[in-house]
Amino acid sequence: MEEILSRAKKVTEQAEVFQISSKRTPVHFQANRLKQIQTKESASTALRLIKGGKIGFSQASGFIEPETLVNMAMETYQFSMPAKFNFPSSNVYSQIDIFDPQIDEVTIDDMVELGEKLITAMRQHTPDILCEASVTKGIISVHIINSEGGEASYGKSFFDLSLEGVLIQNDDMLFVGDSQSSCRPIFNFKTVAKEVTRQLELAKKIVSISTKSMPVIFTPRGVASALMAPLVSAFNGKIVLDGASPLKDKRGEKVFDENFSLWDDATLPYQIASCPCDDEEVPSQRTPLIDHGVVSQFLYDLQTAALANTQSTGNGSRHGGLPTPSPSSLIIGEGDVPFRDMVKDIKQGLIIDQLMGAEQGNLLNGDFSGNVLLGYKVEGGEIVGRVKDTMVSGNVYQVLKQLEAVGQETRWVGGLLRTPCLYCPSLSVATKAG
Amino acid sequence: MRDELADVLKGHNADYVEIRLEESQITRIIYRGERLEEVGTTSSVGGNVRALVKDGWGFVSFNHADKLRDKVELAIKQARLVGKEDSKFSQIEPVVDIVIAKTKRNPTTVPLASKKQLLDEYNDIILSTPKIQTSNIGYHDSRRKITFANSEGTYIEQNKLDLNLRLTAIATEDGQVQQIGLSLGSQGDFSAIEGLQDQVREMAQRAVRLLSAPHAKGGEYTVVLDPVLAGVFAHEAFGHLSESDFVYENQRLCDIMVLGRRFGDEHLNIVDGAAVPGLRGSYKYDDEGVPAAKTYLIREGILESRLHSRETAAKMGEMPTGNARALNYVFPPIVRMTNTFIEPGSVSLEDMLSDIKEGIYAKDWYGGTTSLEMFTFSAAEAYMIRNGKLAELLRPVVLSGNVFVTLNNINAIGNDLQMSQGGGCGKGQQVPLPVSNGSPHIRIRRCLIGGG
Repeated sequence: MEEILSRAKKVTEQAEVFQISSKRTPVHFQANRLKQIQTKESASTALRLIKGGKIGFSQASGFIEPETLVNMAMETYQFSMPAKFNFPSSNVYSQIDIFDPQIDEVTIDDMVELGEKLITAMRQHTPDILCEASVTKGIISVHIINSEGGEASYGKSFFDLSLEGVLIQNDDMLFVGDSQSSCRPIFNFKTVAKEVTRQLELAKKIVSISTKSMPVIFTPRGVASALMAPLVSAFNGKIVLDGASPLKDKRGEKVFDENFSLWDDATLPYQIASCPCDDEEVPSQRTPLIDHGVVSQFLYDLQTAALANTQSTGNGSRHGGLPTPSPSSLIIGEGDVPFRDMVKDIKQGLIIDQLMGAEQGNLLNGDFSGNVLLGYKVEGGEIVGRVKDTMVSGNVYQVLKQLEAVGQETRWVGGLLRTPCLYCPSLSVATKAG
Repeated sequence: MRDELADVLKGHNADYVEIRLEESQITRIIYRGERLEEVGTTSSVGGNVRALVKDGWGFVSFNHADKLRDKVELAIKQARLVGKEDSKFSQIEPVVDIVIAKTKRNPTTVPLASKKQLLDEYNDIILSTPKIQTSNIGYHDSRRKITFANSEGTYIEQNKLDLNLRLTAIATEDGQVQQIGLSLGSQGDFSAIEGLQDQVREMAQRAVRLLSAPHAKGGEYTVVLDPVLAGVFAHEAFGHLSESDFVYENQRLCDIMVLGRRFGDEHLNIVDGAAVPGLRGSYKYDDEGVPAAKTYLIREGILESRLHSRETAAKMGEMPTGNARALNYVFPPIVRMTNTFIEPGSVSLEDMLSDIKEGIYAKDWYGGTTSLEMFTFSAAEAYMIRNGKLAELLRPVVLSGNVFVTLNNINAIGNDLQMSQGGGCGKGQQVPLPVSNGSPHIRIRRCLIGGG
């Protein structure tokens, strides 16, 4: 990559080379049995350059001649936007634990055994369940250098255990599932098994619910599937800059419930979204987004921050192209109300554990509307069964403006969000008339 | 290349081995408002090996194609760890073929400056519309060469072109944000995205009109879907359920999806097929080297067949349909749709609307997803229907339903089939795969709409 940089430096003002390589080994189970073992190796190199004050970009997966990569980027810069930033020179990165050498010691046999144990546990609980599961381990290594003397490199390990189960009775299908991720190997299947068992227990009986507004509890999975996509979009510095975020002029204002806090944190040890720096060498940090209901900060990369006259928050992330602001780990602050007290408080209401299709609405405006793929009816302070053919819709800003309660218990969903349950006093529920 | 791959594939103790090598060039152009956010070119070389041993699969993907024989051996070793039974894999005739991409106006040879000029023009139309806050434009074109060889003697080179454009107009007023998008695509014809000025202007104006539109009240309605949305409905509500990899190892689902089961009235015909030429989901061979077909999923309301890979076909005792597709070399092929559509009937849109007292006319696609049984999909544009006539514009609506009930509730099929080429389908992590969907206007009674 030094050769790419030195060639690029000859023809441009500034340049940066980003290289990422990874090796992952997923073990897949299908229909309750081992189906496929994979080894996936990948390596790609991206070149970003500034010439005539404009940004050029090219990227290659697999081998490419340094000269070709430079030429590809040189073809694009003249059409591109002006660069408002300089590549970082030397930065100091804090040590963040994201590599566990134990990952190398986990064998394929260990992974097969972990998946088999998980599936066995599910079938012991519900013999007719059909499970799809995967156990994945991997390592990633990232290396970035630029013409201003900046250099960063790190290695990250990761491990993921996930299960999706389906139970079919006549024309009814019940979907359950959970996953767990870490930079360290997962040896115990019980966290995932316990969560999925809980879902199966609550979903045993199908009950009907009526079309009206009612109190709703979002479980952590419910929060992730219903409420997060509009928030991620609203706090994206780019969308704020475009004026398309409803929060664009709300910094310092109280827009959400005072018990609601949200922050982004790329510094948590052994979380899969953690890293010492982002994809353009800006050190990782913890960024408050909502502080007790008050809009605090937005997420930025270098270019967007410069356009908005602010500093990068270290959220420049690459998804096959130029860095763009993306959250790392998102955390919703815990409250003080236990889940069981929320349920007890409800005369008639709904618990949403999985909402399907919520992100298809007008995300920018905070609207969500989806089918309750997994949800339970509450009657007289007790969970009475699972609902079907039910849709809910609402607006994230209205829901989070006034919460009845924020849960005491928090949990990670998919390794990227840690959240408690959120109890909302009223939401529109629509269902088939029967 | 053919001899080299044949040599690498020789002399292994496996039931089946295949190698896929791929070279691609992708150009992306992204606008956000006035800013041309990104112009970039990505080149990629890579490949994979897939091996079958005693019904277990091993898969190895890579960017560096050196030591190919070692990769074949690793895939076989992994497959051997999995396999415990006799392999079942449909027999097909080995093929040797080279397929050249058909193109009217090859997008990859259109100069970047011309692409930018066209997109600038569309962007200016959007941004000059009053009350429009900003725009998003995503353009990409790709050129791909895929070389496929397997242990049965098949050797196929396929060259593919693809083009996709999504334009979004975003309107704001008093803290409200509304957006409308337009998605287009083609298999290697740049002219598919030229001359859209009027459509783009109309789209931007509609986004502004949404700012003052009311939400639909949640509940059950008779709905009329336009061809674009009805195509998404065919894809989400039924297409995914006909993908056999969901079905073949699931006895209960096999019982539900038994061929010959009635799903709708006699007017209902749903088809999928890559052999339907000239569409974004069209190809000559799938990613297992099986020739493309045209498959009736539902004929005259009855489940007639389903989509297969070589494995699912063998395990269900049916014929392969050429539907095994991989997004790229990083993934093994899985059962996917290609071009999915509802065949036209005979009802005019006017007749369809005429006897609806209160209903919803839902147009254009925003998104869709399915759990197999339940599906949801969203319309970008919706109107109330009152006393047989289109009435006020509504905020976008999300429709949801249960596949086993909803197909039976289709009570009119229009005479105006139209294919939509802007979609990309996601399954597992393999997204977006080029597909097309289509339908004439259809009317569904008792469809669930999420309120606002």
